Amino acid sequence: MGKSKAIVMKAADNVATAVEDLPAGYEVSFTVNGETAALLLQDNIPFGHKFAISPIKQAARVMKYGEPIGAASENIEAGRHVHVHNMIGLRGRGDLQA
Amino acid sequence: MEFMGYRRPDGTVGIRNHVLVMPTVVCANQVARGISLNVKGTTWFEHQHGCSQLAPDAAQTARALIGHGTHPNVYGVVVVGLGCEVVRAQEVAAEIRKRCPYKPVQLVIIQEEGGSYKAIQAGAAAAHHMVLEASLVKREPVETGELILGTECGGSDACSGIAANPALGAASDLLIDLGGTSILAETPELIGAEHIIADRAVNEAVRQKCYDTIKAFEDSAIAMGVDMRGGNPTPGNIEGGLSSIEEKSLGCVYKGGSRPLQDVIGWAECITKKGLIYMDTPGNDIEQLTGMVAGGCQIAVFTTGRGTPTGSPIAPTIKVASNTAMYEKMQDNMDINAGTIVTGDETIEQVGQRILTEMLAVASGKLTKAEVLGHNDFAIWRIGPTM
Repeated sequence: MGKSKAIVMKAADNVATAVEDLPAGYEVSFTVNGETAALLLQDNIPFGHKFAISPIKQAARVMKYGEPIGAASENIEAGRHVHVHNMIGLRGRGDLQA
Repeated sequence: MEFMGYRRPDGTVGIRNHVLVMPTVVCANQVARGISLNVKGTTWFEHQHGCSQLAPDAAQTARALIGHGTHPNVYGVVVVGLGCEVVRAQEVAAEIRKRCPYKPVQLVIIQEEGGSYKAIQAGAAAAHHMVLEASLVKREPVETGELILGTECGGSDACSGIAANPALGAASDLLIDLGGTSILAETPELIGAEHIIADRAVNEAVRQKCYDTIKAFEDSAIAMGVDMRGGNPTPGNIEGGLSSIEEKSLGCVYKGGSRPLQDVIGWAECITKKGLIYMDTPGNDIEQLTGMVAGGCQIAVFTTGRGTPTGSPIAPTIKVASNTAMYEKMQDNMDINAGTIVTGDETIEQVGQRILTEMLAVASGKLTKAEVLGHNDFAIWRIGPTM
């Protein structure tokens, strides 16, 4: 897995997980499919939290582990924190039933 | 590969030799506690149920109690009832005797003994005798394939899915390859990951049962008319970086490893098959642990990112930390650190091997931190209204 400060689980993912507290303005590098990429963080990303590694349009799927983990509730730029403030879960949503 | 266990007369294998004091109803909790506190070497638990329950609920409670009484980690059992409850202590004791005729079983009914002190006296005298007898039973070499592992995660964070759960999945695969059994559970924490487990089913019936079981659980949450988020994932999960139940589930499912899924069984139902089994349980840590142990798991491995202290009263519960910071902060509770995967110091396979090695040490008698701390956590999954 390497001593990277952020982990992308699968190549289809559009988010990475920070494995240290990372500050806004930090240039973080991570590995996707064996290739290293870098990105400027626009938000503080606490340990264990996610940031977008590519732009995610409103209502588009947020992908982690190569699977959808929810949908963006607004347009999310690369480098931004992705969490409950800008993504929704799509399952177990009794609040959305008629 | 072998460990040192207790071979019971019916061929089942225990890894502990407990004398268990078990109330069949909430009204008997204090007497059960009184008995256990007076007899060193016993264990006990308490619970809220056993009365004012409709038949399916009462059956579920009885199943959990009988599963603990018959458990191979239990040498003998004192069954404590009040006398007027729905889940009859007489029937629970009779069923334990029927399934395990070799096992010492003492029935104590508070109303028949003539009150609490007399019931404590009767139960303590029986438990005292059982503890002396139990101390004579010797461990013997047992094949690792006799182990039934309950896998569990609780207080998850984002590292649970990156480190601790994949490592537990690797340990689960190693155990199954040695002829053992591993239980995957926590139905709400398979929502969004159902295809991953269902696609490994040994046949279409098991595959369909996966989907049906998970859908039924999701439907019950939806029927409450709220967003699951906040109830599961919990506020602590969310602080740890988990944003949805799907994200949590996709991390959870890793602890089931990669072997074929043999069967789907109900909460606290007897585990009879080898290999990977999915038990339908809530995500609630204690209700899940209780169900898996009642089904026959002799040992549980519990991964956690936030740090969770829980332990079964009769089955050793090994704690695996998903990150090094929490492992170091909660040394009181954590047995194994899987945070080395996150930092790149160990592979998933290496930590999986360490988990299996620790399981065999614990199965042979090494105490877990939860045992030393005296955990006797027990919770029954209530499925109906209180009458």
